[in-house]
Amino acid sequence: MPSNPEATVLAAMIPPAIVEKIRALIPRYPSPRAVTLPALHLVHEHFRCVPHRAMAEIAALLDITPAEVSDTMSFYGFFPQAPIGDVRVWVCRSISCMLRGGDEMLDHACRSLGIEPGQTTQDGKLTVEFAECLGICDYAPAALADDGRVFGPLDESSTEAMLNELKQGPRELF
Amino acid sequence: MSDFEPILTRNWNVPDGDTLKVYESRGGYQASRKALTTMDPDAVVGVVKDSELRGRGGAGFPCGLKWTFLPKDRKETLLCVNGDESEPATFNNRLLMEKDPHQFIEGILIACYATRASTAYVYLRFEYIKAYRILERAVAEARAAGHLGKNIYGSGFNLEIWLHRGAGAYICGEETGLIESLEGKRGWPRIKPPFPAIEGAFRKPTVVNNIETLACVPHILERGAAWFKSIGTPKSYGPKLYCVSGHVNKQVCVELPLGVTARELIDVHAGGVWKGRKAKAAVPGGISMGLLSAAELDVKLDFEDIRKTGCLGLGTAAVTVLDDQTSIVDYLYNTSRFFAHESCGQCTPCREGTSWMYKTMKRIKSGGGRLEDLDILQNMSNNLGIMPGTTICGLADGAAWPFKNALAKFRPEIEEYIRTHQDPSRRITPLQAAIASGVSADVAVRHSLTVLGSAPAPAALHSADGGNRP
Repeated sequence: MPSNPEATVLAAMIPPAIVEKIRALIPRYPSPRAVTLPALHLVHEHFRCVPHRAMAEIAALLDITPAEVSDTMSFYGFFPQAPIGDVRVWVCRSISCMLRGGDEMLDHACRSLGIEPGQTTQDGKLTVEFAECLGICDYAPAALADDGRVFGPLDESSTEAMLNELKQGPRELF
Repeated sequence: MSDFEPILTRNWNVPDGDTLKVYESRGGYQASRKALTTMDPDAVVGVVKDSELRGRGGAGFPCGLKWTFLPKDRKETLLCVNGDESEPATFNNRLLMEKDPHQFIEGILIACYATRASTAYVYLRFEYIKAYRILERAVAEARAAGHLGKNIYGSGFNLEIWLHRGAGAYICGEETGLIESLEGKRGWPRIKPPFPAIEGAFRKPTVVNNIETLACVPHILERGAAWFKSIGTPKSYGPKLYCVSGHVNKQVCVELPLGVTARELIDVHAGGVWKGRKAKAAVPGGISMGLLSAAELDVKLDFEDIRKTGCLGLGTAAVTVLDDQTSIVDYLYNTSRFFAHESCGQCTPCREGTSWMYKTMKRIKSGGGRLEDLDILQNMSNNLGIMPGTTICGLADGAAWPFKNALAKFRPEIEEYIRTHQDPSRRITPLQAAIASGVSADVAVRHSLTVLGSAPAPAALHSADGGNRP
């Protein structure tokens, strides 16, 4: 849902329940700005992205400028401005995974889905990204879904199986 | 050391070892109770200082000493736990949180009591999703049972623990980058001094400790400093979680006394090198630490001995094995790609240097390498980082060390690769060489025929790799 820069009055984008969650975090820190990352995570979880309007609303909640939120948000490369797939999966390409074929598994996954790393499948089900070390080297070459599922050691057939499983949608870990 | 009794991992294979009930039934929260109800905070600091517990996060700074740097007249103290474990091949802290979260929480409680911190922030990398959920539950359990909250054990001491999730940036594992990130900013490391103990998070005196370091603390309180110092090697005391991954039969995390050799880790604990091959090299403690050659695998992995091999240090004690079929060029390509991606961009030598190293490795790997590239890489690795004084934090030193070690130990192999993997389409063009040698792009293009004809040999400077960007 693109925002209209011409409009002067827009309804709030972040739902009240999430606004409350963000407000509840403020007393935990000596400065409201510290809630930037937690707020971005909450918004991202809800919209599967952080639209610019939501970013401005976070700024207002935390009493900082939208530029400050944008500065932080853009640094991490974690919060896209357009929605990602229902499941986001990171395929690791750092040393231990690389040595055991991580780069090839990333290629394989992307080729099999017809996308490039960082892209989302046409049906909106799956986003595949590369990652630097995910800290799951005991599963190398490994991949991590954003619902917490860990996959590995991957080969071509288990990568296929992983993609098929992830296409079913996110799952509760516990 | 067959008589070594695992301490930090003792609850790992116990059913429901991550629950408060099981943790308490196995003696958990006795050390914190003892500290809070019978000891003065300074006495707790004293015991930890006497144990000479050194930080397990990579730098190896003595933990107790760090606590004494806090100003005596401070009004408030904060503890930031560094749970941003992102050093490639390292996963011991993840397991510590997933398998025994209460041991970690007890460590936080004692550390906070010792340093008089009433708030602890656990900065956890986002990717540790399972660990986050387990910790969330464990903190709630501990709070409900009175191990956290107000007036803990009737001692008058209060403590809250808040979990704070990162967003996928390696640099946030640097303690001041972590603090900046916690404050809601980009994770740019700060110039030190002031050190966090004087002015840290939210400008308050702050202790930043690693998870494994804190997990050691309850055991030191319970068994004493002398017990801790009876484990390990001189100057490197205590148990340590070693991770082994890469070309081994079994990728594991194993607890051993500090000072085990890389060879023992590989052969005894990781089931040997995979596919019946031999090891060509091993990364000793995360890729920032450099590279051990096969001949150096008998070195002790502790805070002292490892330096004799030219490696930067023990780091995170995460060993990655490269088998004899692996090209050192691939290893350097991978490490340079990592650092080029993870450099935070604050200091120009690191931001530009790591990208430059990566582009050079990409060109070498694809067949456009020149022998003089290795001199340039050597020169860059000598001039990049906090040690030569060109950057604010140590990320660039970590980027440089793989090159320093690989060029010292494997240069003939890399030269051989360059000689035998030439692809004319990947070589730098005469125009690029002319520009790199100082001819302005404008002039070079306008007089391309004559300039190209007389372009000096591409020796003076590095040049681009044909527009391929990382």
